[in-house]
Amino acid sequence: MGPRGERWPKARPHLRNVFMYKVIDRIMQGVFLFCGLVTVACVLVITVYLVVSGLPAIGEIGIIKFLFGKVWASTASNPTYGILPFILTSIYGTFGAIILGVPIGFFTAVYLSKVAPLAVKKSVGFVVSLLASIPSVVYGLVGMLVLVPAIRKAFNLADGATLFAAIIVLAIMILPSIINVSMTSLDAVPRKYEEGSLALGATELETYLRVSVPAARSGIVASIVLGTGRAIGEAMAVMMVSGNVPNMPELFGSVRFLTTAVASEMSYSSGLQQQALFSIALVLFVFIMLINMLLRKVMSGGESK
Amino acid sequence: MRKAKENLWKTIMLACTLITCAILIFLIGYVLVQGIKELSINFLTTSPSYTTGNIGILPDIMNTVYLLIVSLLVLVPLGVGAAVYLSEYARNHRIVRLIDNAAEILSGIPSIIYGLVGMLFFCQFMNQQTSLLAGALTLVIMNLPTIMRTTRESLLSVPKGLREGAYGLGASKWRVVRTIVVPECLDGIITGCILSAGRILGESAALLFTAGFAHTLHGFADGITSSGATLTVALYVYAKEQGEFQVAFSIAVILLVLAVLVNLSAELVRKHFNGKRNV
Repeated sequence: MGPRGERWPKARPHLRNVFMYKVIDRIMQGVFLFCGLVTVACVLVITVYLVVSGLPAIGEIGIIKFLFGKVWASTASNPTYGILPFILTSIYGTFGAIILGVPIGFFTAVYLSKVAPLAVKKSVGFVVSLLASIPSVVYGLVGMLVLVPAIRKAFNLADGATLFAAIIVLAIMILPSIINVSMTSLDAVPRKYEEGSLALGATELETYLRVSVPAARSGIVASIVLGTGRAIGEAMAVMMVSGNVPNMPELFGSVRFLTTAVASEMSYSSGLQQQALFSIALVLFVFIMLINMLLRKVMSGGESK
Repeated sequence: MRKAKENLWKTIMLACTLITCAILIFLIGYVLVQGIKELSINFLTTSPSYTTGNIGILPDIMNTVYLLIVSLLVLVPLGVGAAVYLSEYARNHRIVRLIDNAAEILSGIPSIIYGLVGMLFFCQFMNQQTSLLAGALTLVIMNLPTIMRTTRESLLSVPKGLREGAYGLGASKWRVVRTIVVPECLDGIITGCILSAGRILGESAALLFTAGFAHTLHGFADGITSSGATLTVALYVYAKEQGEFQVAFSIAVILLVLAVLVNLSAELVRKHFNGKRNV
C-alpha cells in the first residue's frame, strides 16, 4: 500500500501479459489522443459552420451594405439587412461597461490584495465568486424590474429599457472577472518591490499604486480584455434590459446588440433572414477572435518581462 | 497633505469594495423578498397546465437534472482524457500547443455562438432535432476547457517520484495512468465538475435553440430526446415572453440557492484536498 492508501502497481513478468499490456497501452494512447483532439475538432467545426453558413448572406447582400447599412428591417416586405446599428451598439455598450466596471473592479482588487485584512479578503472573495456564478438571466430579471423602471423615472423617459441600462448590467457582470484576474496578478507581485519602496519612505498607498500596480500591469490589462470579451458576448441579460429595437445606438434609446440580434429573431426566421443572422454571428465571432488575439498578446508580453 | 491623500485613496478603494458587496447583497435580498412567498411545495412538484391555470416547475427541474447528468457523463471522460493526454502522453510540442490554443479559443467563445452552432450541428446535421441531448452536447463543448484546466493544474502537482516508482516496477503507461495519475488528480476532476455544473445550471443562451422551451414532464429516456426548458430558460420564458414575474423570481430563488451550493462545495473540496496534500 502506498502512503495515500492506493495500491502500488504489481509487475507482471509473463511474456504473454507483456504483449497484451503493450497492445492495451497503444489502444489507450489512441483513446487519450482522441480526447485531446476533440477540442481541436470542436474549434474547426465551429469555425467552418460559422463561415459556411455566414458567408452566403454577406455575398448576397453585399459586404459594404451588410456591415455599414444603417437600417435593419428583416421582416419588411422589401427587407434591408444593415447591421451597423448592432455593431456600434455592441461597441458602445462594451466600452461603457468597461468605463463603469473597470475602476470599481480595479480599486476593489487593489484593496483586497494589498490593504484588506485576510478575513475581509476571504469573505469578499466569496462574494465575488458568488457574483460570478449568478446566472445571467437573474441579472436580466432584476435589471428588467428594478433598473429599467428606475432609469425611466430618473431621466423621465417613455421607456427605461435603454443602452444605459444594458451598460450598467454589463458593468456588474464583468466585475468578477476584472477583480479576480487583477487580484491574482497583484498578489503575485514580489514583496521585495514593495519593501524597497516602503524603505525609501513612500507611504503604503503610494507603494501600492506606484509600484505594485505597474508591476502587475499585464495582469490588469488582461483582466480588462477578458471583461471586454465577456461583455461583447453576453446575450440574455442584455436582451432583457435593452429594449431590443434595431436603432442606431443612443445612450437613452432602445437598442439591439450583435448577440441579441441573433437570439431575438432566430426562432422564427427563415431563408435570407436566417442566413443574415448567421452572418451576424460570424461578425461577432471575428470580434471575439480579435479580442482573444489581443488577450494572448497582453499575456505573453507579461511573461517575457 | 500626504496623509490626507492616503486617506482619500483608501476611502475610494473601500467604497469600490463596498459597492461590489452591496450589489450582491441587493441582488440576493431583492430576489429572495420577491420570490420566496410564491415558493410552495405545489409550485415545485407539479407541471404547468393551461386548463387549470396551475403553474409548476417540476418539468423544468427534471430537465435541468437530466441535462446536468448527460453533460457531465460525456464531459468528464473527454476533459480528463484530454488533460491526461497533454500531461502524460504528448511528446510532440506542436500538438500540445495546438490543443492548448484550441481550448483557449473555446473558452472565449460566447454562449450564443455555441447555441447557434449547436443548433446547426447537433440538431440539424446530426438530426437530433431540438432536444436536451443536443443541448447537453453543446454544453460539453463549452465546458471542456474548464475541466481540462482544473485537471491539468492538479496533474502538475502529482509528484514525479510516484510515476517513476511505478515505471521502475515495470508498470505499463496505461497502468500508471489508471492507478497513480488519475486517482492523484481527483481533486482537479471534482473541482472541474463543480465549476462546470455551475455553468451548466446557469446557462441559457446556448440552450434556447438547442434544447428548446417545452414544459412537459418526461422520464429520463424520453426526456433527453425531447425538447425541454431548463430552469434558466424557463425563467427567461416566464419573465420575457409571458410576463409572469412572480414565477420568474421564484425560479431565481432556486437558481441563487444552487449557485451558493456550488460555490460552497467548491470551497469545501479545495479545503479538503489542500489538507490532504500538505500532510
